[in-house]
Amino acid sequence: MASSKTITVEVDNVSYTDDVEPRLLLVQYLRERLGKTGTLIGCDTSNCGACTVHLDGVSVKSCTMFAVQADGHRVTTIEGLARDGKLAPLQRAFHQCHALQCGFCTPGMIMQSASLLEENPHPSEQEIRDGLEGNLCRCTGYQNIVAAVRAVAEGTVSSDSDETETAGVA
Amino acid sequence: MTTAEVGRARLRKEDAHLITGRSRYTDNITLPGMLHLAMVRSPFAHAKITSVDVAAAKSSPGVVAVLTGADVAAEQGSLPNAWPITPDQKAPAHPAIAVDEVAFAGEVVACIIARSAAAARDAVELVDVDYEGLPVVLDLEEAAKDQVLAHPGLGTNKSATWVFDSGEAGTGKPIREALDGAEVLIERTFYQQRLIPSFMEPRSTVVDPTGEQITVWSATQIPHILRLMLALTLAIPESKVRVIAPDVGGGFGGKLQVTPEEAITVLAARHTGKPCKYTETRSESLMAAHHGRAQVQRLKLSATKEGIVTGLDVSLLADMGAYLGLVTSGIPILGAFMYNSIYKFPAYRFECTNLFTNKAWTDAYRGAGRPEATFAIERMMDELAAELGLDPLQVRERNWIKHEEFPFTTVAGLEYDSGNYEAATAKALELFGYDALRAEQSRRRETKDPVQLGIGISTFTEMCGLAPSRVLGALNYGAGGWEHAQVRVLPTGNIEVVTGSSSHGQGHETAWSQLVADKLGVPFENVEVLHGDTQISQRGLDTYGSRSLTVGGMAVLAAADKVIEKAKVVAAHLMEASEDDIEFADGRFSVKGTDQSTALGEIALATFSAHNLPDGFEPNLDSDATFDPQNFSFPHGTHLAAIEVDTETGRVSIRKYVCVDDVGVVVNPLIVEGQVHGGLAQGIAQALYEEAVYDDAGTLVTGSFVDYLVPGAPDLPHYTTARTETPSTTNQLGAKGVGEAGTIASTPAIVNGVLDAVRHLGVKDIRMPCSPSRVWAALEEAKMTGGVR
Repeated sequence: MASSKTITVEVDNVSYTDDVEPRLLLVQYLRERLGKTGTLIGCDTSNCGACTVHLDGVSVKSCTMFAVQADGHRVTTIEGLARDGKLAPLQRAFHQCHALQCGFCTPGMIMQSASLLEENPHPSEQEIRDGLEGNLCRCTGYQNIVAAVRAVAEGTVSSDSDETETAGVA
Repeated sequence: MTTAEVGRARLRKEDAHLITGRSRYTDNITLPGMLHLAMVRSPFAHAKITSVDVAAAKSSPGVVAVLTGADVAAEQGSLPNAWPITPDQKAPAHPAIAVDEVAFAGEVVACIIARSAAAARDAVELVDVDYEGLPVVLDLEEAAKDQVLAHPGLGTNKSATWVFDSGEAGTGKPIREALDGAEVLIERTFYQQRLIPSFMEPRSTVVDPTGEQITVWSATQIPHILRLMLALTLAIPESKVRVIAPDVGGGFGGKLQVTPEEAITVLAARHTGKPCKYTETRSESLMAAHHGRAQVQRLKLSATKEGIVTGLDVSLLADMGAYLGLVTSGIPILGAFMYNSIYKFPAYRFECTNLFTNKAWTDAYRGAGRPEATFAIERMMDELAAELGLDPLQVRERNWIKHEEFPFTTVAGLEYDSGNYEAATAKALELFGYDALRAEQSRRRETKDPVQLGIGISTFTEMCGLAPSRVLGALNYGAGGWEHAQVRVLPTGNIEVVTGSSSHGQGHETAWSQLVADKLGVPFENVEVLHGDTQISQRGLDTYGSRSLTVGGMAVLAAADKVIEKAKVVAAHLMEASEDDIEFADGRFSVKGTDQSTALGEIALATFSAHNLPDGFEPNLDSDATFDPQNFSFPHGTHLAAIEVDTETGRVSIRKYVCVDDVGVVVNPLIVEGQVHGGLAQGIAQALYEEAVYDDAGTLVTGSFVDYLVPGAPDLPHYTTARTETPSTTNQLGAKGVGEAGTIASTPAIVNGVLDAVRHLGVKDIRMPCSPSRVWAALEEAKMTGGVR
């Protein structure tokens, strides 16, 4: 086993200092060391995007980075997206647009969508689809995911997190 | 009732924890002292195991134990096949860890048990297995010749042959007459490529062997069946096994299985006395989780010159792969009843030969037998139309069952209770703009536009709500098809619903809450739905075959009905009225002709306190029900695809996709819509993108998501969906099931559209997936053979 290295990473606004093996992936560090199991692993070839998190505000696939590469950086996971007990607009939009079924792609999909909107606040449908190319979903056929991202871009997401019914189907 | 819950687009109760990262997938579970497993898998498709040396692996840092097939040979049993389709069905023994022979690449030959997942994987490399290679049989048509055997010990590759003949069954005429007297005879062979279900959550199992029971968490669709089968396979008393399916990240039939890895994790926990976890990698999942489809379909269809079909003869070769999984052998049989689809065929014969090959075994994948059948017949109807120069819609109309003809007993012997194919088709045509697109198609043909337009049609039905237990018995399936539910009334009047049908993304918690809220007149928010744990949901037959609502949901309603009957007795007693005078509506029991009434909540509290109940009344409103359907349900629909084919590159794009589905009465339109979308995506994926490809040695070439093309967002179109609503008459709600509809209908719609775009250029068929290279090659071949008119 290779010698370990000490890293300091801010994850969801908490600073952690840990000794890690150089080969430890960021996603393994998040899940196994920090217990941040909201970030999921769906493949081993960086295709599915289930593990997408933000590194200094930009989306990365946390299975494609070593934990040591995150040393000194700020990581945001799905678990750190809600602020002051309020769901982020994308979280509300995914709920309101029925953009998730089994939920396994959802954390990565939401994190990638956030990054997409950061880069392009008013994307067309095609730009949304292209922006989500690296995130696979097997349940939804993507239409409601696209609708959720669009709803955030267009500001049509209800601010009521407790809403239980939708007027229309996307 | 103030507002009916059934029919409302309720947002899902399931979402809150999934959008915030508080998910409970099996791989998220960590138990004190838990050990981690990694599998050593055969790189060869067919070989004798001559020795397994685990010494180096055992001394690797962190390794606690290594299990080989020989170590567990006496206790591992043989993994179950619950559907021997014929009395003489042949099947090899199926050990969880191979003992002396492997029959596909990816089969487990040893298991490392270590203190961390990384340590376990490191040690996999250190296990030294000696193999003596055996010849492989991979191609179905080769397998049928029995020259190379997947399992030499069986003496043949043929597992079973199953026949349905309408002449013999008395459901129609003999096929021979129809074929001999055919004015038009269409013969085609279609290849259903091998697909991989590709649920997003890799399979994972955690076993805790301590305490009174062995507790198994698993990413499974079938906690109840898994419990029974693990007990039978590993000789553990069933009462000592508890199975929990926590959050499960999709299944699509792929998690309708009792897997070697689940059995091995139980064995590892038993050997070490410690909790054990196994989570597969995606590469392992693609290689060793069961595959789907994989059939060769030979069809003969006879018709009159007017396009009236007189008979259909189907001869299948079905690829079992190397073993028979839980329902592997029965999958083609589920299709046997669907080849006649929505049509009035007078004669029908179906023959299926199940064959072993040295590939991963196949089993249920979304639609399971029915997509294959629907593809074949919908392709044939287009071929018939092309042969006769008729519009493919016209050919369908001339043959389909008219709405006034229901109930209709089909040539396959099923009774279709209801349907309205005319209405669904009319609505689809309107949304699609059929005539305008046909006009554009003509223009493009005339101008020799490099991008040609095709219109793909698929009118389909399927059998849902698996299944009447007697029918399953007649088909020799090992279990029934009922479902169980319990409705519990808490002292506060809140309701708990326990369902045997376990959700893995379908939204049962939301839909069942709507059902019960309506039935008992309680707020949607006051209903809690519990599932997926055999200690909570004691009886059940789980989730597959679009059965949850039409079977499980009916059990829920039946249990709620019993609650009302019990509560009525208490209500009558408290209001000093006769039971006959008590009416129940909107959650209140009232005495007929008076303004006296009492709420269900008050009855609940009175029953809980039990201070003042009728003599002999058991102080409990909780009720169980087990619902065994008397018939299947038959959703149907019309799907239309406008397909553009770039004849210079072979690139296919879906310009417009319209589907009108009739799934009967809808509980939650949002959920139904979502099921249709996801189903369409998987059906389109079969038509255009996905195929499990093996090389000549039997190695899976599409062994990662780099090569196995699960479509992403840019690869799929915007779908236009709509519904007609013809209630089923076989259940009290009128529901039909929606889980598989999109997958079944969309594949032929797309391929028919591709062919419609290029048929005039001389292309007669293109094998799925219709990738640019295949489409381009077909166009080139047509040019070479003078196909261009």
